[in-house]
Amino acid sequence: MDSIAPYLGTLVVAVPALLVLVVGAASLFGRPLPERKLTRCIQFAIVTGLLAALVMLALMLITGTRHVPIELGDWVSIPHYHFHIKFIFDRLSVPFVILTFLLCGTVGAFAANYMHREPGFTRFHISYAIFVLGMVTTSLAGTIETLFAGWEFVGLSSALLVAFFHERPAPVRNGLRVWAVYRVSDAALLLAAVVMHHLRGHGDFDQLLGNASWPEGVSHIESGATFVVGALLLLAAAGKSALVPFSSWLPRAMEGPTPSSAIFYGALSVHLGAFLLLRFSPLLDASPALRVAVIVIGLITAVFAAITARVQSDIKSALSYASLTQVGLIVMEIGLGLRYLALIHILGHGCVRTLQFLRAPALLQDYRTLENAIGKKLPSRSAGVREWAYRFALERGYLDILLDEYIARPVIWFFKKSDDLERRYVAWLRGSVAATTDKRDDASLED
Amino acid sequence: MPELLIPELHLPLIELAILFPLLGAILVSRMRQPETARRWSLAFAALSLLSTTIAWQDFIGLGVPLAHDHWDVVGEMFGRNVFAIDSVTAPLLPLISLLYVLTTLATLRTKIRRFSFAWTMVSMSLSLATFCCQHEWGVIGLLTLATLPPYFELQSRGKSTRVYVIHMAAFVGLMIFGWACVCIESKAPVHSLFAILPLFLAVLIRSGVAPTHVWLTDLYENATFGTALLFTTPLSGAYAIVHLVLPIAPGWVLQSIGLVSLLTSVYAGGMAIVQTDVRRFFSYLFLSQSSLVLVGLESVSHIGLTGGLCVWASVVLALGGLGLTLRAVESRFGHVTLTQYRGLYEHVPLLAVCFLLTGLGSVGFPGTIGFVGTEILIDGVVEVYPHVGAAVVIAAALNGIAIVRAYFLLFTGSKHASSIPLNVGLAEKIAVLTLALLILGGGFLPQPGISMSSKAAAEIIQARPAVLAPEEPHHEPEEEQSPHEREDHEQEAHEVETAPAQH
Repeated sequence: MDSIAPYLGTLVVAVPALLVLVVGAASLFGRPLPERKLTRCIQFAIVTGLLAALVMLALMLITGTRHVPIELGDWVSIPHYHFHIKFIFDRLSVPFVILTFLLCGTVGAFAANYMHREPGFTRFHISYAIFVLGMVTTSLAGTIETLFAGWEFVGLSSALLVAFFHERPAPVRNGLRVWAVYRVSDAALLLAAVVMHHLRGHGDFDQLLGNASWPEGVSHIESGATFVVGALLLLAAAGKSALVPFSSWLPRAMEGPTPSSAIFYGALSVHLGAFLLLRFSPLLDASPALRVAVIVIGLITAVFAAITARVQSDIKSALSYASLTQVGLIVMEIGLGLRYLALIHILGHGCVRTLQFLRAPALLQDYRTLENAIGKKLPSRSAGVREWAYRFALERGYLDILLDEYIARPVIWFFKKSDDLERRYVAWLRGSVAATTDKRDDASLED
Repeated sequence: MPELLIPELHLPLIELAILFPLLGAILVSRMRQPETARRWSLAFAALSLLSTTIAWQDFIGLGVPLAHDHWDVVGEMFGRNVFAIDSVTAPLLPLISLLYVLTTLATLRTKIRRFSFAWTMVSMSLSLATFCCQHEWGVIGLLTLATLPPYFELQSRGKSTRVYVIHMAAFVGLMIFGWACVCIESKAPVHSLFAILPLFLAVLIRSGVAPTHVWLTDLYENATFGTALLFTTPLSGAYAIVHLVLPIAPGWVLQSIGLVSLLTSVYAGGMAIVQTDVRRFFSYLFLSQSSLVLVGLESVSHIGLTGGLCVWASVVLALGGLGLTLRAVESRFGHVTLTQYRGLYEHVPLLAVCFLLTGLGSVGFPGTIGFVGTEILIDGVVEVYPHVGAAVVIAAALNGIAIVRAYFLLFTGSKHASSIPLNVGLAEKIAVLTLALLILGGGFLPQPGISMSSKAAAEIIQARPAVLAPEEPHHEPEEEQSPHEREDHEQEAHEVETAPAQH
């Protein structure tokens, strides 16, 4: 086990990294891989990664080892600072990484046909490859810095894929919205990482949560700081998993192609926040207040999403809120300390939802088949909610408006006013009248 | 170290690096054909780049904190070492030269007539000379001279020079006054605020720290993009801090003023989000990132300084690249505003990729050159400013949003119809790929760059007199230290023990 595990572990991470390198470099040098070769590359990478992860799981089961750290050493090391690269194979990361490879492989195979001859075929698959790398890195991360790197890869690829159909303004606008929420989430995670680094001098999970295998770790962070770190992690998780109050980006993200919707918002990406909370679950044991906060946010999200899902008029939005209901329940389970249940819930929900999302484009066909089979129309389902609840659900809980009015608008107003003042000040210095934009005499190729 | 004992490089590489662009300036100023002038400028800039790169490698090979030229002609003339390179400047010189080479290389025919190659060569020579100059009055003189090329360009373009002149006059005046006071107080162990504050104000103006930053946005709006980029991106203001202010200013003054830089980085990040003009967007983004470099330098802690120096290199490379990308976009589509979706991706996909890569590289996205540097910077800043250090993270988040917003507005959201091909040419392709390789290469293999920055940071701290040292940040008691930290301390102790032997 000791002799083979480092190679297997490295292979699991190296394969998606190589995939990004090959696909990205080919495009950057103006020689994008043809569709067939690109698909083969992806298949090879996913199958190799999956097999390596499965062999690792088998070895762990055979030898009874529950915690296999893979040390790749210090990526950067200077006095008082280390960027340590370490991956952990344990009862949390192994199922999650297997789920990642399994669903990404399924969706990759689906996308090969679904995206066939699409002008952005290569662009889609570059983002897809970055996503796989991000998911695998986040799942297996053994240090907070490594986790953060993977977390950012997932965020970027998600935003780019939401805006995939970039000739229309709506997907792009929604892509920017998703990116903005993700940046808030990233900032919270980065701050948590910095605080942990300061408290323990390390971002290593073993130093922060003890050497015991998941979920038996114990928080090694001082009790006063536990809540601060936990709250930052909860904020990061809320942004990534679209928990209340960040839920409104999830249906917006459905602008992307169906395969990306399936893996991102149905199966994997939307569970990443829950995964983060599971990884740091020993912190919840150390702070009852934090635990209550997690339960409350999970509960509110589940109730909100359940109500909202009932009035959606398009299948992908309905599925996205259905996903969110389950994610809210998973977060509640984590808060209640039911960690294995939460993990199993993630695995099951991810698989079911991927299937539903991939079948979504054929929904009408499915309905027709069913109606033909039973010989009559399917019963139409009423929303079954009261008028106020209906309005609340139709407006998606007014969360978009709340965030826009009370967070984004004051910030934008402040900076626009400052910009205006600056322009006036510069105009005064110049001795001219302030203008919003200057006319230029620059020539261009088009001129 | 006594001046005569400063180790020598194997060749007069520093002087050659400064001389080549100067010769180029003289030669191309006589040329009438802009295309010929561009080619000659490119050749001279490339020679200078070669010299700085070899000098850097030679410096690493010597393993010394400071080195000057072999056959030091300028040194002989002045009777002292005027030009030398140290751990801070050695890696920056090739980056600055590269920026000039790429700017010259990627100047399209549409820009070639209004972009002065002769002044660009003069500016390159002055920039390199400033970063190599070890004599304080020399640095002040060169920084003063460097303000002239943009002024002449603004004048030749018929633009208002008042904003630029007011700020640069204040910068030069305060710098000369401040350093004169420092010279008068040369025997005092600690200089008075009367000497330090004017110097500080001068470098803050030059660096564009709020509220003295308006000259920077004005310059970007009115000068050619290339000139504004080359004048600001090397961060001469930061060099003035390292060379003139850090050796004499008390830690508490530096850290207090660091707070102003910190606020500037957040403010400029927010301003970048609301801009409707692509040049103003870039200038605020640049301001935000360059302020982060200053925050690191002014933290006067080893980690903060290391982070600041790392981000400095990434700003030169990544933001320089982003500026070149925007310049290439302007060359094709004219003045671009951020008020509507442009949909340029289909015409210039390589520029779109380069925009995203350089933009995200500048804000420290994983896998790019700025990632680890930004992490170190945040760590160092939070150590010095525990309550407000988080503002660095907010600034980075705002900058990230601003970049992706600009990317979407410029390259996506609609279909741009054009009757002529707007593809990227070979010269631009070379520039883009060079930048991409450096940004990604630096991201995958960050250790050499970080080690150099760490070494330079240690030397900066060592060069400060003990009376100026700020209060040491709180460290954990010995029994709570992790094995890695203990190793660090042992390593440091070993370094201190062996230092006299090495030097």
